Amino acid sequence: MARRENSEINAGSMADIAFLLLIFFLVTTTMDVDSGIARKLPEKSPIDNPDVIVKQKNVFDITVNRNNQILIEGEQYVKVTDIKRLAMDFIDNGGGVGNSIGDKPGEPCDYCNGAKDPLSSDHPSKAIISLQSDRGTTYGMYVSIQNEIEAAYNELRNKLALKLYGRSYDAILSDYKDNATESLKVKIDNLKDKYPQIISEPEPIK
Amino acid sequence: MSKFKKKKKGLPAISTASLPDIVFMLLFFFMVSTTMRETDLLIKKPALPTASEVKKLEQKSLVSTIYVGKSKDARISGDKIQVNDKIIDVKDVPSFIFSERALRKEEEVKYMTTSIKADKEANVGTILDIKEQLRDINALKISFSTTKGNDLKGNY
Repeated sequence: MARRENSEINAGSMADIAFLLLIFFLVTTTMDVDSGIARKLPEKSPIDNPDVIVKQKNVFDITVNRNNQILIEGEQYVKVTDIKRLAMDFIDNGGGVGNSIGDKPGEPCDYCNGAKDPLSSDHPSKAIISLQSDRGTTYGMYVSIQNEIEAAYNELRNKLALKLYGRSYDAILSDYKDNATESLKVKIDNLKDKYPQIISEPEPIK
Repeated sequence: MSKFKKKKKGLPAISTASLPDIVFMLLFFFMVSTTMRETDLLIKKPALPTASEVKKLEQKSLVSTIYVGKSKDARISGDKIQVNDKIIDVKDVPSFIFSERALRKEEEVKYMTTSIKADKEANVGTILDIKEQLRDINALKISFSTTKGNDLKGNY
């Protein structure tokens, strides 16, 4: 029997094979990107750690109860959407001097745009946000408040970044992601240093 | 005459020669843009809260996920915690993190993140318990998994 030359491989079933693979991948994979609010937990303090004394005026108290009602500074009943503005006013107040570094005495905040109210926070580096929640608070509410606090810090950093570098903090962060240079890192660290996130979460109300 | 006679022909069959190419293209698209599904949920799929200030989780391989939500059985109340393919107690969270750490290289451990995927109806008490456990074993990087959006009304 004469063998035919260049007999072609039958590719008719190629499509079927590819479809089979395609369906396999469609079933076993998901498309969701994982994103969320990033938080760093405080390290566990040693038992014999002395208590740190903080002035009441440097603490911004947010209390949320099991009915998802929010109380600010123990006196003001607010909505979630108000937290961002109130927190920004509090952090950016700059009514006193900052933490002393080594022997150098603390300096007043020269980049704050706040009201300089002596009854509110002294300096962004001293301003603590305390979020006291109830065990029965819903997680959605908790995340919303965390989100508002994050938004307050981000907006303050954005404003300062625009003033110092002519670009917003978000833009600098995305630049850094594309092209990690030392100068960008210095900028980011500086901004984070100017407005450090100090969030305290006391034990929940039982 | 027959020279000019029009040949009568039916519709020519659509060529399927490029079909494999098209399907392969789709296949590659899905292979690149999706990730493997790791766990089957034993609890009710958590309805994640919405947040506007979200960060994308980098390096999926260093993320360990904890699910919190209601049981599928409506008669069982309370929040259930699921890791990998089993429902666990809060006290077992550290051993889960240790087993996750054992799978990674030692120098990668400090970059590991714990992603908490919790239902927006879950109790904060459960979440804070998990956080306390994570703090005990120095797994300090966490992420509250959310969907991105500007409308936070649905959260509460």
